Amino acid sequence: MAGLTMILTLKKRSVLPGFGLALGWTLFYLCLMVLIPLSTLFIKSASMSWTQFWGAVTSPRALASYRLSFGASFVAALINAVFGLLVAWILVRYRFPFRRLVDGLVDLPFALPTAVAGIVLTTLYSQNGWAGSRLAKLGVKVAYTPLGVMVALTFIGLPFVVRSIQPVLQDLDIGIEEAAHSLGANLWQTFRRVLLPELLPAWITGSTLAFARALGEYGSVVFIAGNMPLRTEITPLLIMTKLDQFDYAGASAIALVFLVVSFGLLLLVNLMQRRRSSFPVLG
Amino acid sequence: MAATASPQVLAAPRLEPRVRTDPALVRWTLIVVGGVFLGLFLFLPLAAVFANALERGWGTYLAALKEPEAASAIRLTLLTSAIAVCLNVVFGVAAAWAIAKFDFLGKNLLITLIDIPFSVSPVISGMIFVLLFGAQGLFGGWLASRDLKIIFAVPGLVLATTFVTFPFVARELIPVMQALGSEEEEAAVTLGAGGWKTFFRITLPNIKWGLLYGIILCNARAMGEFGAVSVVSGHIRGLTNTMPLYIEILYNDYQFVSAFAIASLLTLLALLTLVAKSLVEWKTERQLAPQDSVREEGS
Repeated sequence: MAGLTMILTLKKRSVLPGFGLALGWTLFYLCLMVLIPLSTLFIKSASMSWTQFWGAVTSPRALASYRLSFGASFVAALINAVFGLLVAWILVRYRFPFRRLVDGLVDLPFALPTAVAGIVLTTLYSQNGWAGSRLAKLGVKVAYTPLGVMVALTFIGLPFVVRSIQPVLQDLDIGIEEAAHSLGANLWQTFRRVLLPELLPAWITGSTLAFARALGEYGSVVFIAGNMPLRTEITPLLIMTKLDQFDYAGASAIALVFLVVSFGLLLLVNLMQRRRSSFPVLG
Repeated sequence: MAATASPQVLAAPRLEPRVRTDPALVRWTLIVVGGVFLGLFLFLPLAAVFANALERGWGTYLAALKEPEAASAIRLTLLTSAIAVCLNVVFGVAAAWAIAKFDFLGKNLLITLIDIPFSVSPVISGMIFVLLFGAQGLFGGWLASRDLKIIFAVPGLVLATTFVTFPFVARELIPVMQALGSEEEEAAVTLGAGGWKTFFRITLPNIKWGLLYGIILCNARAMGEFGAVSVVSGHIRGLTNTMPLYIEILYNDYQFVSAFAIASLLTLLALLTLVAKSLVEWKTERQLAPQDSVREEGS
């Protein structure tokens, strides 16, 4: 009889009060603030015919913006993958002056408002900026080019890879490294065959998070990008422009596609994290 | 992992490096390369904000901050953040209580739904409210007939900011409350305490550091939000310009020193957030490992 009752309840019995109130308010607020507003995107897109929708989503301008947004985000995520691993490595395993300060500052791109990041990077990399003037002598133009977009997105994604890898690196059992060392493996072999497989899930998760963040980024990119349609226009800006022109339908269509991709990435990250935790971790 | 870690590892501060290290050449090459990368992408921008703000000296810097439009931008930013943070704190606490203390069907789905605003681009976050309340939006006609303004007015800014910072407090509190467990609350209830009393006397003191950090993070994000508010604000000077929007206007008007002056305020806020983060991490570590450190003074 008790077993039957257990199966029929949707929640395990608990002595603590407040479940109804807490869950009720949570669901109400969630619907009000998140689900209902997001649904307008679907509603608006549904009001278009399929040809209209497809036309808006695959216009040359939209396609060019996808190429820039996805391409630059991918390159930025790649740069952050390589250097993020390096930074996490030196922060966890080595000792050097101001290490704790550097460790704290890694989160700066996360805490800094995007508009501030946008104007400071543009000023730095413009033709007469500190970095821009030096690069101009080498013939490299950064501001108002896709390169500038990549620089901004690299800045934005910096903390994600570092913070994903750091805990894993920290919890690594030094015993397996020493075992490998005593069995004759050199530094590179130890790294490649023993440590890297341990770090791979967190590394991929962090890089994907950096990629997802870079995709939707607006504030830090819109100053340095130059925003010329078909050349240096990122997708979020294209959406904004369409809204300014009251082309709500077109904006919704592109936004919907973008949203679906972002959700897909988030789901991927969640899946990867769950797979990782279902395997026994060494040490 | 905790079961196999030796007591020394548990007690050591988080950043303690290993005893056996890689050869010096490898070490220092990596440190230098890492340093150059961080110098370029982290320290350079940080220094540039203040260098640009103070380019024409302290006088110009302070004058820029005292401009009436600057003052109203600062006031508006503080107002919108305060409202957004309060709303999200109430939600965060409720959600964390429901998720951490109870087991129910659909809990994982709820956690995923709460995370949604994180994966939505800021521009889209603002746009959905325009679709709802804008002139051509779902409720546009209804609002216009009652002469209520949400988009291009302060309520729109509040809504967009609240949406963007929606998950911060909840995400911070859920792991903290899960790590703390329910034993103390259950003990209180069996001793006869009611729900609110249990919450205020038992739960709140335990989660205060996580809650504080969630508030700080939520506030920093709210004050710095740009994309979402850009869409809903209409950029009406002196009325619907928050600090980030005001920075954009100044910058596009080539008033660089003023733009960087306001930017420096937000940068200081960001640095304060980082300091608060380190403090809170230090405090929660001490709280969760009391056997290895001196007991808290009964706070």
